[in-house]
Amino acid sequence: MSLVARHLEENGLATVIMGCARDIVEECGVARFVFTDFPLGNPCGKPWDAGMQQSIAGIALDLLERAWMPRTTIQTPYQWHNDEWREVFMKVDATNREALAREGEKRREFQAKVKKS
Amino acid sequence: MDQIRPYRSFVSYIDRSREYYAAQGYDKPYKWPHYDHVPFTPLRKPLSECRVGLVTTAGLPKPVDPMEAIMYRREMYAQPAIPPPTSLYTDDLFWDKKATHTKDVDSFLPLNRLAEYAQKGYIGSASPRFYGVPTDYSQPRTIERYGPQILKWCREDGLDAVILLAL
Repeated sequence: MSLVARHLEENGLATVIMGCARDIVEECGVARFVFTDFPLGNPCGKPWDAGMQQSIAGIALDLLERAWMPRTTIQTPYQWHNDEWREVFMKVDATNREALAREGEKRREFQAKVKKS
Repeated sequence: MDQIRPYRSFVSYIDRSREYYAAQGYDKPYKWPHYDHVPFTPLRKPLSECRVGLVTTAGLPKPVDPMEAIMYRREMYAQPAIPPPTSLYTDDLFWDKKATHTKDVDSFLPLNRLAEYAQKGYIGSASPRFYGVPTDYSQPRTIERYGPQILKWCREDGLDAVILLAL
């Protein structure tokens, strides 16, 4: 998505990215970025919370007008109702290391079969 | 100061995904784009005169027919923003399926919220269409195909500014 935004900016269109993966967007480098520190999936606010969504969309609109240089990141003031997701998402530890290795093996076998057929 | 922490608070998805795929036995890590130069276009008009559009990584709903659903392939699209879709296809995307859900489209593609800002006159208007790009592991394809096509649709619809939302 960052690459598409960069293409639009290069061609004279102002853009703002809304997202929850801060490192991926900032590593690429975009003109304007509204970051909400939520689990991946709801970059414009919690499901069914129209008030929060309106606030976050409003921050993005204001940033379009008010940013004066690229790589401007704004972090919205919202927090998820717990912090468990930070540790759990794509976790690798002793409890799942073997299962993950098996999963990878299976997927490679499947992909090799698809390639052959 | 609320707390003192020995780690950064936000999750690094670059670190997390590299370790996860390494544990699955993929020895070559995915490489993320990095640029030193970042292009920047200032907004040329007041927000209240601008037409604004939305771009999403979500796909159009999968066909109900099982045979058609098997044939479903992610493609780019431009779709009417009115009426806004009540669901979009996100199962194939990289997001936290344990912590949250995507049943409320406005939580990741705020078509209703944007229409409300247009109605209040805060922006000039909302684009008559919204646009979809598949997330792609091919960066050249994103740069050579998706970027120019989105730009073409944005120009056709007379947009002044674009909000892009990655799930």
